[in-house]
Amino acid sequence: MSASGIRPGRRGRSVVTGLGVVAPTGIGAARHWESVLSGKSGLGRITRFDPTGYPVRVAGEVPGFRAAGQVPGRLVPQTDRYTHFALAAAEDALADAAADPATLPEYEMAVVTASSSGGTEFGQHEMENLYQKGSSWVGAYQSIAWFYAATTGQVSIRHGMRGPCGVICGEQAGGLDALGQSRRLLDTGSRLVLSGGTDASLCPYGLVAQLSTGRLSTEDDPARAYLPFDAAASGFVPGEGGAILVVESADAAHARGVPAYGELLGYAAGFDPTADGATRLPVTDDAARSAPAPDATRLPVADRAAQPPAPSRTTARRSVLVSVIRRALADAGLAPGDVDMVFADASGTPAEDLAEARALTEVFGPGGVPVTAPKTLTGRLYAGGAALDVATALLALSAGVVPHTAGLGRPAPGCEIDLVLDRPRQTDPRTALVLARGHGGFTSALVVGAGDRNALRR
Amino acid sequence: MPEFTLDDLRRILRASGGVDEQTDLDGEHFADTSFADLGYDSLALLELVNRIEREYDLQIPDGDLAHTQTPREALTYVHARLTEARV
Amino acid sequence: MTSGHRRAVITGVGAVAPGGIGRDAYWDLLTAGRTATRRISLFDPAGFRSQVAAECDFDPLAAGLTPQEARRMDRAGQFAVVAAREAVADSGIELPGTDPERVGVSIGSAVGCTMGLEEEYAVLSDGGRDWLVDHSYGVPHLYGYMVPSTLAVEVARQAGAEGPVALISTGCTSGLDAIGHGVQLIEEGTADIVLAGATDAPLSPITSACFDAIKATTANNDDPRHASRPFDGRRDGFVLGEGSAVMVLEELESARRRGATVYAEILGFAGRSNAFHMTGLKPDGREMAEAVRVALDRARLDPEGIDYINAHGSGTKQNDRHETAAFKRSLGQRAHEVPVSSIKSMIGHSLGAIGSLEIAACALALRHQVVPPTANLSTPDPECDLDYVPVTAREHRMDRVLSVGSGFGGFQTAMVLGRPGLAHGEAA
Repeated sequence: MSASGIRPGRRGRSVVTGLGVVAPTGIGAARHWESVLSGKSGLGRITRFDPTGYPVRVAGEVPGFRAAGQVPGRLVPQTDRYTHFALAAAEDALADAAADPATLPEYEMAVVTASSSGGTEFGQHEMENLYQKGSSWVGAYQSIAWFYAATTGQVSIRHGMRGPCGVICGEQAGGLDALGQSRRLLDTGSRLVLSGGTDASLCPYGLVAQLSTGRLSTEDDPARAYLPFDAAASGFVPGEGGAILVVESADAAHARGVPAYGELLGYAAGFDPTADGATRLPVTDDAARSAPAPDATRLPVADRAAQPPAPSRTTARRSVLVSVIRRALADAGLAPGDVDMVFADASGTPAEDLAEARALTEVFGPGGVPVTAPKTLTGRLYAGGAALDVATALLALSAGVVPHTAGLGRPAPGCEIDLVLDRPRQTDPRTALVLARGHGGFTSALVVGAGDRNALRR
Repeated sequence: MPEFTLDDLRRILRASGGVDEQTDLDGEHFADTSFADLGYDSLALLELVNRIEREYDLQIPDGDLAHTQTPREALTYVHARLTEARV
Repeated sequence: MTSGHRRAVITGVGAVAPGGIGRDAYWDLLTAGRTATRRISLFDPAGFRSQVAAECDFDPLAAGLTPQEARRMDRAGQFAVVAAREAVADSGIELPGTDPERVGVSIGSAVGCTMGLEEEYAVLSDGGRDWLVDHSYGVPHLYGYMVPSTLAVEVARQAGAEGPVALISTGCTSGLDAIGHGVQLIEEGTADIVLAGATDAPLSPITSACFDAIKATTANNDDPRHASRPFDGRRDGFVLGEGSAVMVLEELESARRRGATVYAEILGFAGRSNAFHMTGLKPDGREMAEAVRVALDRARLDPEGIDYINAHGSGTKQNDRHETAAFKRSLGQRAHEVPVSSIKSMIGHSLGAIGSLEIAACALALRHQVVPPTANLSTPDPECDLDYVPVTAREHRMDRVLSVGSGFGGFQTAMVLGRPGLAHGEAA
């Protein structure tokens, strides 16, 4: 055995047997899926605080979530809304998988979630107490509610899961990275992993921090605010919520006699050093965006800027996204032609949409695969976004349809992709590729395949 | 001297430690049920101490209230401290 | 010699620690048994319950950052980048000659860019007055403070990495978990080189206040130099610290091919959770013992194979007892035979970063065959009855060492390191 417990040879099979969804499209996988099929948007004017004074006023809020009804009473004041979402989703996912943790070996159950900004709203309240009233007004729960590991810890405690626990922060790509990690855990002694992610940063400080990226849409009409790959794209809409998935080894699921929505077939992650992020390069100017970083941002020994820079790195340099897609396909043992649909990252910023469309064209050929982005209904959910995309992809596989991207009008010039518009396609897809990019350069891809569960348990 | 009644304790517990359907803070046995049986853990009790300290302008030494097992014991302790503070 | 699988070794170490910037200064401090704890100077701690901390004397420009880097990065990011540069230089690796896709980054942090986030909050809320914070006062890189992943992004950009990049945030086990994650990337074949470590700069009012509220930190404000007292009968809570260590992890064969000097091999690691309480520990140490047991199993070692334990040793009443029980439970008689020490006695508890500083200390201990001491240990606690190497560093023959971490959320992690040149699981 190796230090990490990985054994040489092929990976075991990882299947998804339960889904828990808390999203602007609805609470529960069934309600979410109905919204996706009918193109029902969860975007609207922000109600959690008065957004009048801010340039961004539209977001995707989870409708009708009452922590008191969906989270154990003692945990409500102890935790942030992002953890409330995860506790509710984890409970649903376990029920959906018909898994009773009390009957499973304690050390073989693990939890790994994505976190983007932790308990943002809770933290703002406690900083307000500190700065307004003094240090003794900071509550005892700040130490366990604000940090990025709050959700994983609470979920592990709630369900008695004593295996390895993890938290991966890759901003909006983190959800895929957490699911990628769940496969590693299943290969190293765990049999069941609760994985995915949630986010709830729609408080004033959370929104204002997001404004600084310059990527949020300032459009006031919810139907016009988040239009990825569209000629009228104007950035993206933030949202809250996410999904928690029960990922099991195929053997464990078989032993329990439960069907699976699908299988995690392949995963890869990479880092795009040309992405916007820590240095906040301008997003509108392609040439400036792709300029090599100044010497000083490199290690002295890693000074690749000393090499002659390519005239235009967006075209001349290898696309990290292309490479990540190819590695994920190789990990799955699939060729591009084997992929039946792509859930795009769909950033909504023209330059990034174009880069993603070009990457898909490079791998699959022009219009070579149906591409969709149901996240236009929810906005971008940060740590919850990619996890929800995977849940949606699994629902689509189990239902045999490619869901459409609602609300788009005219495709942006240069995006030579087969975007699924207007209505779902009943093409019985068997595989899906899910893409995610996170602030600063995180780039991840996950390939999922259909399972033997073909209807939602109601 | 500010009053500190069982109702005050109940109010602060609700706000600081939360409530759930399993426990009845309004029941007749509330005062003599242990905090653990009421579902309040060590953090909830620390938060209770912090809130009593702030609201009643008291300094409660580390661990003092942690040694009390029930709301009634806590009530007795806080009463004693408030009396001391007045003297 | 090779057992058919890929193995991860440490070929470079960089450190930013209280009491000394850089690997050599750090090791000097540890072996001298000096404590870097003092009254907090980074903010005015008057009115706080705990007013001591282990601070880094860190000037970003003197440490080699440019003015723009210093402005853009939160203090935690500055630490990580400086430590990463030192680690890469130490390893002698030529990153430009490496396929960037085969270079990964795994950085741990418990509280991310809290310092930057809090400083900006104070301005945007006008000192806490406005719930609807004023966006017109936002700095351009504000979002970079909101998301801890920025810390991994900064290190990745430094390294020119295009492979897998992750920020691991499991509270106080983040450092060990991030290094473990890096090892996994190498063993599974996703990367050949990983810059792995952790960073935290939590010395700000909000972090101090939140530990005050649960009385986890020391109230021994009158004697800061002796405030961090792991395993001592007079311990009364941990002392906050800050800092970062980053290591170059490399696949063993490729390190050999380029003739790299190896500090240590990571032989085994494992994580377990107590699923008990977010901050409380059961006295029996059961889940930490299980993590140790699995880490030894992965390293193919019996307890007799362990020559030194680098303890979590935070200096809280419950931790030191819990941990002592866990060592006895997992190692049996061996727990009484090997030296056990806590460097938190000298550099405080830097939350997620501390695990990386402890692994750096283990790598240096293996190289120099010296065990760093537990400073301030003068009053025995009957419940902590192992050999904690009080006060003075000790020369000691070590082939393999164990380091453990324990943190909020109930997470327990154990990692075993071995001297280079030992075959996996064999006696020296």
